[in-house]
Amino acid sequence: MDDVEEMYNEIIMEHSMNSYNKKKLDKADFEEMGHNPNCGDEISIEVKMNGDVIEDMAFSGHGCAISQASTSVMIDTLKGKTVEEAKDIIKTFIGMIKREIKDDKELEKLDEAIAFKNVSNMPARVKCALLAWHTMEDMIKKNNK
Amino acid sequence: MDIKKDFPLLENRKIAYLDSGATTQKPIEVINAIKEFYEKTNANPHRGAYSLSVEATEVYENTRTKIAEFINAKHREEIIFSKNATESLNLIAYSYGLENIKKDDEICISIMEHHSNLVPWQKVAKTKEAKLTYMYINNDYELSDEEIESKITDKTKIVGITHVSNVLGTINNVEKIIKYAHKKGAIVIVDASQSIPHMKIDVQELDADFLVFSGHKMLAPLGIGVLYGKKEILEKMTPFLMGGDMIEYVYEHDTTFAPLPNKFEAGTQNVEGVVGLGAAIDYIKSIGYNEIHKIENEVVSYAIDELKKLDYLDLYLTPNKENHSSVISFNIKGVHPHDVASILDSEGVCVRSRKSLCTTFNEIFRY
Repeated sequence: MDDVEEMYNEIIMEHSMNSYNKKKLDKADFEEMGHNPNCGDEISIEVKMNGDVIEDMAFSGHGCAISQASTSVMIDTLKGKTVEEAKDIIKTFIGMIKREIKDDKELEKLDEAIAFKNVSNMPARVKCALLAWHTMEDMIKKNNK
Repeated sequence: MDIKKDFPLLENRKIAYLDSGATTQKPIEVINAIKEFYEKTNANPHRGAYSLSVEATEVYENTRTKIAEFINAKHREEIIFSKNATESLNLIAYSYGLENIKKDDEICISIMEHHSNLVPWQKVAKTKEAKLTYMYINNDYELSDEEIESKITDKTKIVGITHVSNVLGTINNVEKIIKYAHKKGAIVIVDASQSIPHMKIDVQELDADFLVFSGHKMLAPLGIGVLYGKKEILEKMTPFLMGGDMIEYVYEHDTTFAPLPNKFEAGTQNVEGVVGLGAAIDYIKSIGYNEIHKIENEVVSYAIDELKKLDYLDLYLTPNKENHSSVISFNIKGVHPHDVASILDSEGVCVRSRKSLCTTFNEIFRY
């Protein structure tokens, strides 16, 4: 029960229900869809840029508590960051979930997103936690050549 | 009758395994039959002129006869071994569908079909410029007679229907659908994957043109499935996969094909799976469908009564008990099924979670 209780922690529960990041931006520069055909989760992430800085983000769609919260927390974490910083944070988050990062110090830049660390103990839910981050990674790859 | 003790996995793991609709656990009889085959009889059937290969052929072919008797097929060569129900359905779509469907014909399936009895028909319909039509469910989660009679038309050439829905547990009135489709000149494919573990199937009584099922959902190993087809239809069909063992004569630029059933069994087959399926059928027979039905009825009725007491839970269930098999679909209000499954898993309960496999169905069946 421990892993499950820790996984559904306060941060995740708060962000999965009625997240303030779940909305439409007035004017988005980029939009990317993410889809997990195995469980049917679908999200759409919008980004508004100011030069090289991510000025605002929002998401829409549906999915489980983990995927919804992970999307919302990612938005909080990446807002105000440059694209290069965002790329580094995304890489770190994916590394944490896949247990590729051994040094906890490296995880500090993840801020609140560290709350998802326990998902790495639950292989069945890894893809839920990573959906938004992979979607964001795709968006950057497509538009940042 | 303590059936649980027959299943080593259930003895070894402290779990409540409630996902038999996805795949069943295997009784020790099935596991032992496979072990014994490899220890005593393994060889490539139909190949060697030595007694071991002859024995392997016997085991393989005797199981075909056993399956023919089990579902009351008229001829043993009407039983074709495949990988699973999905491959059986693809065989029908490619070898029958693409050959027989013409422009503006209709292929009619129910909205509760598994993707394996849906996506191949999309492909056939698109390729042949035919129309794919759906029979939808009513408020009782059933297909009404009116729906069946309005969707199967004079243009319908193929009807695909699941005997029992893997999402709702609804038992479809396949007798009625087959009779009506035949009146309209269509052939009917029955997906028996979810019914054959629970009820006696008689293909002659049903008058099904094709009937498919997977072994692994009826206590047999993974990777073995069955296609039943009426002999006169199978004989007219072209082979699905080409290769060894399905040929008669091979010339440099032409080949004549073997007669049924070998025509549809190219390459070395999954003999271990066939052996396991034979043992699974023996196991089912040793308990008997009457007893299986009795036990399931007790468990399912109890579960439904208890689940109905929970006001935070929505049940998707026909109110007509006689039309319900043993799948129970529910949703916990406001909680995504994936989260529910994780929490149940932490208590040792294995359930299927997701929006159902049938995404089209989900459009109607929103959680």
